[in-house]
Amino acid sequence: MSDNESKKAPPIVIANPWERLRAFTDARIGLGRAGISLPTHQLLAFQLAHAQAQDAVHCPLECHALADELTTALSLHQTPIHVHSHAVDRAMYLQRPDYGRRLDDASREQLQQAAQSGQRFDLAVVIVDGLSALAVQQNSAPFLTALYRALESDQREWQLAPLTIVEQGRVAIGDEVGALLNADAVLVMIGERPGLSSPDSLGLYMTWEPEVGLKDDRRNCISNVRPAGLKPEEAARRLLLLLTEARQRKLSGVQLKDRSEDSVLDGATGGTTQNFLVAD
Amino acid sequence: MAQTYHTTVGSRRYRFNGLAELMAKATPPRSGDRLAGVIAESAEERVVAQMVLAELPLTTFLNDVLVPYEQDEITRLIIDEHDAAAFASLKHLTVGDFRNWLLSDYATSDVLAAARPGITPEMAAAVSKLMRNQDLMLVAKKCHVTTAFRNTIGLPGRLSTRLQPNHPTDDVTGIAASILDGLLYGSGDAVIGINPATDNVAQSIKLMRLMDDVIQKYEIPTQSCVLTHVTNTLEAIEQGAPVDLVFQSIGGTEATNRSFGFDLSTLAEAEAAAQTLNRGTVGRNVMYFETGQGSSLSADAHHGLDQQTCEARAYAVARKFNPLLVNTVVGFIGPEYLYDGKEITRAGLEDHFCGKLLGVPMGCDVCYTNHAEADQNDMDNLLTLLGVAGCSFVMGIPGSDDIMLNYQTTSFHDALYARRVLGLKAAPEFEQWLAKMQIFQDVSSYRLNDQLPAAFANSLRHLPTEAARDV
Repeated sequence: MSDNESKKAPPIVIANPWERLRAFTDARIGLGRAGISLPTHQLLAFQLAHAQAQDAVHCPLECHALADELTTALSLHQTPIHVHSHAVDRAMYLQRPDYGRRLDDASREQLQQAAQSGQRFDLAVVIVDGLSALAVQQNSAPFLTALYRALESDQREWQLAPLTIVEQGRVAIGDEVGALLNADAVLVMIGERPGLSSPDSLGLYMTWEPEVGLKDDRRNCISNVRPAGLKPEEAARRLLLLLTEARQRKLSGVQLKDRSEDSVLDGATGGTTQNFLVAD
Repeated sequence: MAQTYHTTVGSRRYRFNGLAELMAKATPPRSGDRLAGVIAESAEERVVAQMVLAELPLTTFLNDVLVPYEQDEITRLIIDEHDAAAFASLKHLTVGDFRNWLLSDYATSDVLAAARPGITPEMAAAVSKLMRNQDLMLVAKKCHVTTAFRNTIGLPGRLSTRLQPNHPTDDVTGIAASILDGLLYGSGDAVIGINPATDNVAQSIKLMRLMDDVIQKYEIPTQSCVLTHVTNTLEAIEQGAPVDLVFQSIGGTEATNRSFGFDLSTLAEAEAAAQTLNRGTVGRNVMYFETGQGSSLSADAHHGLDQQTCEARAYAVARKFNPLLVNTVVGFIGPEYLYDGKEITRAGLEDHFCGKLLGVPMGCDVCYTNHAEADQNDMDNLLTLLGVAGCSFVMGIPGSDDIMLNYQTTSFHDALYARRVLGLKAAPEFEQWLAKMQIFQDVSSYRLNDQLPAAFANSLRHLPTEAARDV
């Protein structure tokens, strides 16, 4: 085949001329194509990411290491309370979300004892493994450091219940923990369902007057707290706004909307909608 | 009052306490019904329940309601708006006869459309439980449901896509990059729809403006939607935001919807508010609903029903408000409701069938999560089956990976695969736009342009420098 002929032969894989846009997002854009299908190396890159995410779901939370880390990072006087849901292991956890929403009997007694004094608290913080122990392991200390700083510098005083770590838990288990600890509000920090590009995303759920049996309409959510997502300081700032309004209005959930204009997520381009697609 | 149904098979006598139990036990197996404790206890019991169900007159569902009329506004909606005249040709049928009727040559697209107001969600759910996958596809393909806003969705031989440019921090350049990628792969005729990273009004308005700017600049015959809570969109409309479609996740019981923070009157208010904006050019369907089996159980609001029956009832909610699009997000909810690829596939086909039979413009988010026993091959299978069944639309996302919602759905490439292998086209107005913009070399043979189309090449010159990204 002469050079001339090989130049004429159309390429089998067509690269996308906008491939450089990949610098602006982790989304799998500009993958190119063989015909209209994925090129082989992109196909295999996806399969690898999926395999890793499936593995991440089954990785256990290292509770003691996390408790030690938080005790040091937050200068806690009392080590976090370590409790367990009614789901004994991951296999049961995946199939029985109802078990993941409730504490086991021993944990319930443990929290009842911890709350024996009857003291009321403004906020209980509950750390839950959820579907990504990795997210909890990695983001808890940075986020809580930012949150504690924000609470300490707030005009109002925030009495915090003992920090709790829950294994094999779902979001709603925080309501039971918060109620047992006599807290006016509960914050659940939970590992979100791992994505292919983000196996480490932490979700924040806040409920005013937690009690067993509450539904999603009573919760406010801030999602995607992780190094490549919502930063800990910004997440803490947004959460404090929600907590403050919840405390003033004595409610949470759908009726409580974050109305602060500056809570618009800015990304890299400030508050405008200007972008290259509509630049002129 | 709850009737008891019984029958004898061989030496064994089976007894079903009430219609809800009979329906649940007749349902093909899935983990959510096991979780709810309503699943058949054996394979034989399931088929026996199907046999008993097949003998029930369709009129049973008008007299023996599954969720009490006094307690549930969706039951009231179903019963109060049931059209006796449209039901006249069906009222002598049993559920088993109804399957035969649907498959018969008599039941043409026109006949099916005329019967719609006489069919309740429970009738659709019941007959679907007796149907094989091929039955669900064959009948759904005969049910034509066409809707319109700036283009026409659901015409035979068409498969539309929602371009879903989600970004974990709603970064506008990141979102714009995914929109461009999608448009250049021919995606986005159903809607350009963003799930915002956080549910708040100001953020939603910003994303609405972003998409409106793009749609206007490139004169794209499509619509935008921010998938925020209906009450947020109502506020956005009050504030003058460019709202094309109003989004809401809906379920099949009043208690489910209350747990989502709305009721039917909220949806009526939202539809009316969006209508006043007059932003559609070829139609006035302004609602976008999402559903999915398991949501009622998840909200502890299922009244002892199986999850597929609850799901079908959600379509009664949908059809009341004339949606442009209804999307069953079939594999998103997780393995406790649909355990693996087989259960997800079955549910996707059931939802599409029930939706189309009831007159809902049904699309499907062919998807799975990383904790389900499913993979890309399962999605290929369901996508192909839905394409065969005449599904109105599927999702389109870069490389199947939603980096905000953390799940996998169909990609821009996948939609082109389905269009090519099944000979399906985009919505006609959008197809013309794809040709005009030179996104395809040849739309009829599904050949993309190897070069960057001129209008978009110009836009790429306005890219910020890469350093700006990590501020």
